[in-house]
Amino acid sequence: MNTWIRLTLLWALSCGAGLQPWLEASPDTRNTARIQARSRAVGPPASRPRRIVSMVPSTTEMLFEIGAGDRVVGVSNYDHFPLDVEKIPRVGGLIDPNVERLLSLRPDLVVVYDTQVDLKRQLERAGIPIYPYTHRNLADITQTMRSLGARVGLQEAADAAAQRVEQRLAATRTVVGGRPRPKTLLVIGRDRGSLRNVNASGGYGFLHDVLEIAGGADVLADMQRQSVMMSTEMILTRAPDAIIELLYGATNPSRNLDAERGVWNAVPSVPAVKNGRVYLLVGDEFVVPGPRIVTAADRFARALHPEAFK
Amino acid sequence: MADRSNFRRRLIVTWSAFGALAVGACLLAPLVGSTSIRLAVAFDRSRPFADNIDAQIFFIARLPRVLAAALVGSGLSVAGVVFQALLRNPLASPDTLGVSAGAALGAILAITFHLDFSLLGVSAVPLASFAGSFGALGIVYALSVVRRRGTSTMVLLLAGVTLTALLGAVVRFVQYIADFTETFQTVRWLMGSLDVAAYAPIGAALVPMTAAFGGFVTLPRALDLISVGSESAAARGVDVARSERVALVSASLATGAAVSLAGPVSFVGIVVPHLVRLIVGADHRLVLPASALFGAAFLIACDLLARTVLAPVELPVGIVTAMIGGPFFLWLLFRRG
Repeated sequence: MNTWIRLTLLWALSCGAGLQPWLEASPDTRNTARIQARSRAVGPPASRPRRIVSMVPSTTEMLFEIGAGDRVVGVSNYDHFPLDVEKIPRVGGLIDPNVERLLSLRPDLVVVYDTQVDLKRQLERAGIPIYPYTHRNLADITQTMRSLGARVGLQEAADAAAQRVEQRLAATRTVVGGRPRPKTLLVIGRDRGSLRNVNASGGYGFLHDVLEIAGGADVLADMQRQSVMMSTEMILTRAPDAIIELLYGATNPSRNLDAERGVWNAVPSVPAVKNGRVYLLVGDEFVVPGPRIVTAADRFARALHPEAFK
Repeated sequence: MADRSNFRRRLIVTWSAFGALAVGACLLAPLVGSTSIRLAVAFDRSRPFADNIDAQIFFIARLPRVLAAALVGSGLSVAGVVFQALLRNPLASPDTLGVSAGAALGAILAITFHLDFSLLGVSAVPLASFAGSFGALGIVYALSVVRRRGTSTMVLLLAGVTLTALLGAVVRFVQYIADFTETFQTVRWLMGSLDVAAYAPIGAALVPMTAAFGGFVTLPRALDLISVGSESAAARGVDVARSERVALVSASLATGAAVSLAGPVSFVGIVVPHLVRLIVGADHRLVLPASALFGAAFLIACDLLARTVLAPVELPVGIVTAMIGGPFFLWLLFRRG
């Protein structure tokens, strides 16, 4: 059971859900150094890969953003953006990569998640260069874009793309800067039609960082983990001024948003509920730590500070 | 005559001792939690409820889960007693005949496929879960009818284990094909949680639970005899087939109601009956009520631990019951061995 839970959490990570409660958070600086080292340490030097397989949705989006999309010959089962990926062969997910199909694509670079130990070993045995990827916080996104860009021989384009992301995030921060920051609860999962099994973003990770940029004060900022299971009592005592609930995944948009928002009326003393500040945001950009994070930040900011955008 | 009055005394002692334990747990548990609340404020009717955080913590966060724990704990414990007697197997539990697995499958389908409906304030997941347990109960019942034509307890037991494995495989298949978010939510559901945050699901679970307890009340004498052997029970005038059916359906209903309300809370249905038998002996007239009351107190206490040990973060209650129940059960096994 324990293994299964861990695998599931890793699975969630691969798709960038940021559900990483029990895995250790290493210091950010160490991760940054690792990301920078990766572009030179892994794979044969200076070869410009032509056939890239990306096993992680966020790196796929990065590759497309920096102009290497036409060289991507394989993606994971969980890739849905940009639309071009729908035509690209799929080679499995985080815990069930299809090595046979992967090899048949004759890749000269495979972007893997760092925990795919078996896959890494198999690829090394086959002599295929790999780019191992992990993500933790917001800064990792642009760091990875730059280092991945260097690895695929598009350093300049990658720098420019990373800079665009940083500039747009800075712009969002400026628009909402100086305004009162509502204590915000960021909900990333719960049971349909009830307040059970509420899973919220904790005080660590890219979603927490995006929330802070968008002018919200994370109500769970003191809990240094990527996700926190919230009991009803905890929701009541933390008393957030605003609640942002993220809805994502293939089957979500059909949902009755008003009814789901109404579920929060079960805790009427929570200021967010009392003052009508429960926001349900639908979209996959919230859970993929790639270049679309700027859209996520913008939507958070517009929900929390609508007056700033008038 | 002396025997009878002696038994009556034991009955009164059992009821009052275990009753006091259960009532005490029900009264004390809502007072304790990750935050301290002022009771005077919580019960102050002059303050509007919508603004009274203390009252909301008491009445929305704590009281429903204490009531849910009482209901689930007593339902699972009595179901465990009945299954152990019926199958003449000390290892039998509410999970043994596949009703839990059916409930789990229903819940996991509802979570994965985003079933979005509600009935009288009860949302899709518990409803689908109860439907799942009912489906499994149907299969079990069909087996019991077959059993009337001369199938042994052992066959029923094997069929239950097979059904559990089968439904468990379907659960894992659904989890495997689901998206990561749904898989995470289903894993969370499978750990069990009593944080129901409303009274409607408790009211809904009370309906099948009441029916089940209506069945249990008729059973003590028959279970005493059946647990020794069906032939001798029949010789002593028990309608064995009928009693077995009542036992099967009642215990399955209680299990389905409990699992759909709280998810699979492991070990309660196996630890509580054995502990109670150690204290009051094997007479089902004592074991059944004592298990119901002690089961309620046990699960309330486990949930209290679950929500305070790592406060403000909570442990899933299923982890606490297994962590307390598991070592205890091992000790019990080795002591007997």
